[in-house]
Amino acid sequence: MPQYTLWISARKDAGTAWFLGGLALVVVLVPILNQVVPPSSPFHLSAYGLTLVGKYLCYALLALSVDLIWGYCGILSLGQAAFFSLGGYAMGMYLMREIGPRGVYGDPVLPDFMVFLNWKSLPWFWQGFNHFWFAILMIALVPGSLALAFGWLAFRSRVTGVYLSIITQALTYALMLAFFRNDMGFGGNNGFTDFKDIMGFDLHSDRVRVVLLVITAIMLGLSYVVCRMIVASRAGRVIRAIRDAESRIRFLGYRVESFKLWVFVFSAVLAGIAGALYVPQIGIINPGEFSPINSIEVVIWVAVGGRGTLYGAAAGAVLVNYAKTYFTSTIPEAWNYALGALFVLVTLFLPRGIIGLVSGRVKKQGKTERPLIQAGGPERSRE
Amino acid sequence: MSVHDKTLYVEQLTVSFDGFKALNDLTLKIQPGELRCIIGPNGAGKTTMMDVITGKTRPDSGTVRFGPKLNLLALSEPEIAQAGIGRKFQKPTVFERLTVFENLELALAGDKSFLNTLFARRTVAQETRIFEVLEIIGLAQQHQALGGTLAHGQKQWLEIGMLLMQEPELLLVDEPVAGMTLQEIERTAALLQSLAGEHSVVVVEHDMEFVRSIAKRVTVLHEGRVLAEGDMDQVQSDPRVIEVYLGA
Repeated sequence: MPQYTLWISARKDAGTAWFLGGLALVVVLVPILNQVVPPSSPFHLSAYGLTLVGKYLCYALLALSVDLIWGYCGILSLGQAAFFSLGGYAMGMYLMREIGPRGVYGDPVLPDFMVFLNWKSLPWFWQGFNHFWFAILMIALVPGSLALAFGWLAFRSRVTGVYLSIITQALTYALMLAFFRNDMGFGGNNGFTDFKDIMGFDLHSDRVRVVLLVITAIMLGLSYVVCRMIVASRAGRVIRAIRDAESRIRFLGYRVESFKLWVFVFSAVLAGIAGALYVPQIGIINPGEFSPINSIEVVIWVAVGGRGTLYGAAAGAVLVNYAKTYFTSTIPEAWNYALGALFVLVTLFLPRGIIGLVSGRVKKQGKTERPLIQAGGPERSRE
Repeated sequence: MSVHDKTLYVEQLTVSFDGFKALNDLTLKIQPGELRCIIGPNGAGKTTMMDVITGKTRPDSGTVRFGPKLNLLALSEPEIAQAGIGRKFQKPTVFERLTVFENLELALAGDKSFLNTLFARRTVAQETRIFEVLEIIGLAQQHQALGGTLAHGQKQWLEIGMLLMQEPELLLVDEPVAGMTLQEIERTAALLQSLAGEHSVVVVEHDMEFVRSIAKRVTVLHEGRVLAEGDMDQVQSDPRVIEVYLGA
């Protein structure tokens, strides 16, 4: 009864408090360290530092979306980077249209790569991207509809487990090949870059970049709260029940396919938003973002951080990417081995990730109600 | 007597797996409010029959109707569950990483769409109902324990409790007393008997003592069809049943 509800919130709140507190700290500290602290001070956050922190936050949002479907619903999507990239491309198209006549070829409408390809007019799917609101709409709509169509087909046919993982890899690989083609109209292997401004604000100014970073942190916080509300709702318990005993929940009268589809689409939209926030801060988007290895890396971040906690996924994304930044600048050739080893070690020794280490003490208290009788009854063979 | 009036009709059901006929022209009728026990040697088709009724397995031929009109073969598993047919599995399957309370909560009857569950708030009536069932299944003390930490017999009880939450018209109960102590078996027998009348109950069980203690009517399955039907004494004295159970 009432104490039951309290027990649930107390168990989750420590992590949530740390997570949201950390984000608030970023929102306060980053502008100060970049704008107020003078560049001569060792505490000054450079433009490079800004980009880095912004990137980590976008990755944390992407990791959040993977944790929602994998950690809670048990769907191991190895194609999440596809939705991230589609969101990124939608934002990129807007930023390309914003360049206008300032491109190298000076065409008032056509982006440089189209002039280079001798295209005479803007393809139909580029229409509307001169409006920011339209781009925002597409950032949610394009990844969302792809997830809807793909998920509807896959879940309705009851594709699960490793088979689903493989076809999500195939999805992102197919998109990568498609986006590499020049005649697709997305800039081929160069993708989009050389952005000038966003809604008239100069993307090269630190002040604008600080604002972008703060917006990213706020979006991450909001997405976290929404995800937390979803997993804490009864639907969230259905989702966890699907993860643990899919066929059982069907016999209770729940349409497993429809729950999976909702979660999959929502998580794709989150990934799309992460991609859209990533592109203006990083300044480039190309088909390499679709590469299958990217999606696998996200899964590693989540596993390392600790899946099924939301904040663990975000922490994992930041930690692993910080390590990647560090390693790739000192011993670049060792990074992939280190990442692989990390994944193996975490899977073997830390099934609940780094968060599991930290919250181990708290969890033990929750287990005191374990009944003394543990003997399993005789198992009879199925007919 | 019975609050519902739907009869379950299983007619000429045939299911084959790679040429092996798990069900062979099976015909069976369960009256509203009836408590029926189904026995039979391993491979007789007991579980397959439940699989077909609940939509898990599609038959090669035959019909399954619930009430005069409802064709169960046209429905999916969740639709069949929503139509008022609940099932307890042979191997107890509870949600191991949800608490006992949450396990029962998920089984609550009602609208089970995504959006509805997303915004669902537990009502006082629902909580009261959950605690009622917790008392019935004797797990009120453990309502905060995770499903996975329960003993085998307790899991069986929890699954029966989930069945009660669904408020089904027809309960299909596969081996409810496997792994239970004698005392627990007695309580299960009393519970199932109290459910009959208001619900129709079909029990598949190997434990003959248990069947004898609860059954009014027993159906013996053998090689996918009905071998004998009647009360326990009739069935046990039937020479065909003796032959199947003791070997020729």
